[in-house]
Amino acid sequence: MSIFVDSNTKVIVQGLTGGQGRFHGLRNRDYGTKVVGGVTPGKGGTDVDGVPIFDSVEEAVAATGADASFVVVPPRFAADAVIEAAQAGIPFIVCITEFIPAQDEARMYNRLRRDFPGTRLLGPNCPGVISPGQCNIGITSGDIALPGGPVGIVSRSGTLTYQALYDLSQKGVGQTTCVGIGGDPVPGTNFIDCLAAFEADPETKAVIMIGEIGGSEEERAAEFIKEKMTKPVVAYIAGVTAPAGKKMGHAGAIISGSQGTAQAKMKALAEAGVTVAKNPTEAAELMVGIVSKLK
Amino acid sequence: MDLFEYQGKQFFAQYGIPTSPGGVATTVDEAVSVADKVGYPAVIKAQVQVGGRGKAGGIKIANNSDEAKTHAGNILGMDIKGHLVKRVWVEHASDIEKEYYASFTLDRAAKLHLAMVSAKGGVDIEEVAATDPDAIVKHHVNPLDGITVSEAREIATRAGIDQPAIEGVAEILVKLYDAFVKGDADLVEINPLILTPDHRVHALDAKVTLDDSASFRHPEWEEFRATQEYDGREKLARELGLNYIGLDGTVGIIANGAGLAMSTLDVVNQVGGNAANFLDLGGGADANTMTSALEVINTDHNVKSVLVNIFGGITRCDLIAKGIIEALSRVELNAPLVIRLDGTNAEEARKIIEPYVSDRLIIRPTMLDAARTAVSLANEGDVK
Repeated sequence: MSIFVDSNTKVIVQGLTGGQGRFHGLRNRDYGTKVVGGVTPGKGGTDVDGVPIFDSVEEAVAATGADASFVVVPPRFAADAVIEAAQAGIPFIVCITEFIPAQDEARMYNRLRRDFPGTRLLGPNCPGVISPGQCNIGITSGDIALPGGPVGIVSRSGTLTYQALYDLSQKGVGQTTCVGIGGDPVPGTNFIDCLAAFEADPETKAVIMIGEIGGSEEERAAEFIKEKMTKPVVAYIAGVTAPAGKKMGHAGAIISGSQGTAQAKMKALAEAGVTVAKNPTEAAELMVGIVSKLK
Repeated sequence: MDLFEYQGKQFFAQYGIPTSPGGVATTVDEAVSVADKVGYPAVIKAQVQVGGRGKAGGIKIANNSDEAKTHAGNILGMDIKGHLVKRVWVEHASDIEKEYYASFTLDRAAKLHLAMVSAKGGVDIEEVAATDPDAIVKHHVNPLDGITVSEAREIATRAGIDQPAIEGVAEILVKLYDAFVKGDADLVEINPLILTPDHRVHALDAKVTLDDSASFRHPEWEEFRATQEYDGREKLARELGLNYIGLDGTVGIIANGAGLAMSTLDVVNQVGGNAANFLDLGGGADANTMTSALEVINTDHNVKSVLVNIFGGITRCDLIAKGIIEALSRVELNAPLVIRLDGTNAEEARKIIEPYVSDRLIIRPTMLDAARTAVSLANEGDVK
């Protein structure tokens, strides 16, 4: 089992004819993901390395039965692309685009929430999702993931996610699903969504959560873990030494006033019974210890 | 991008938000001429992007040309918390009956826009939030709906705004929301928003943060960008297209990915060092990006060692290693370099670097080992 995506997930790539879309879309297909089509307005009827291109998401869904979309389009078109996928009835959308204007992002999120409550958006500005051995949508390198579980990973940061995946795989501990929720201020899917899904997934036995400075999602996740989760959680929070008022790369990674510090997040998580690691490698090591005792 | 007060007022003016008549000046003569024009008493305000300028002596009232000359002379060139005053804003001093507060921003937790209005303006609003939270009315606005005048009136009433100011405040709230959305701002704040004895409401200050991601639809922002102040390192990094933030420590940091870069800062700190910067190479860590990164780090004379922390995913480590070697042939580094490469093809990468290893180029297997080495080089000048 896995969460959000599995070996049956049929994916279309919005922007497959672009440089990024082609690179990652075909990589996902080569990993074994069912990439059934691409969408680029005006290029319907052509193909990218054998993958058929459609003019609209609606046409692509009608022709392929796709139930997931991978949005790889430039920032100024991304919000519209996501809404188009939702309108076509796609229930799961992954958007990796970085630098979508904040006003567009807020409207997009609220449009989905109001008009398409059955649609889940992952991202924007995220590395995507991988259920090792089954389905990879996004930019994660499939080589560093190990199928078979029992660990689920949810993270706000790309490279730290890869580090955790790699460290676990090197130590022979597999993953059910690894979800990158992204570093933007208004992520479509948050920690709690993923933690709830991992809690409900019988094959996931433990979860690694990687957070960073900014916002209060980690604190809310800590409350959720305390009240609702039975599975062990190991967490790492990046940005202990980050100064206030400076965006640490991600639009959402900023300490404003006393809000959003790593210390506050770590404290909340520790109080919720989470094992808090000092660095990503230690998170993986602690998880290896937990997994070895599960059997 | 944070705007200076005078730019914030120009920005507000585009959306019809009333401010006091005034002008910006870079010299004493200009300041006096603006003050003469707007009429006395005139306020002379230092233009710096840091709070507490009033207490630092950066805001003065002039009653005549001589006083304007004295104050402008004192304020221009003043150092306020490390910020050099290059410009002053001069405006006609307003008679103030009441001071309020109004702002719009994004509430990340609710994922909605948030209006904040208070009848207790003119002071540090975070202080009010901490000591008297009920004095600030918080009202969520759905970006799909926006805000109506009657809604704004209701917010103003709930905030305890005085009766004669309700209509003026409500109108300004609607315009301020318009500026926030159409102007692609992350924050618009008026503190104080004043009521004059003759019952007019207008903005006495302007704090605006624009969303850099929306630059593509705002060519007019170029003018604001031209006056942004970066330190020398940040300026160069910006020109080279790097995601860089200057800090005060001695260990230069280069990493790929924002999370990993942040994490590298933390690990350096954990082993007793201090980072000189945050630098995220982004996805494509090739020879050109690496060269740019090393060039920027080289301009920082506090740097005693450089830590390169790379995790290769799709970008394979062997390619990154070739990039590092190529970059090192182009840039002569002032400080020793410690490299940690992990992930896809890390073994091949280490083999590529091995022939070049010396006491100036060190390779370490883990992030923690690399941080320890870089920190001992920075602190003691050698490897423990």
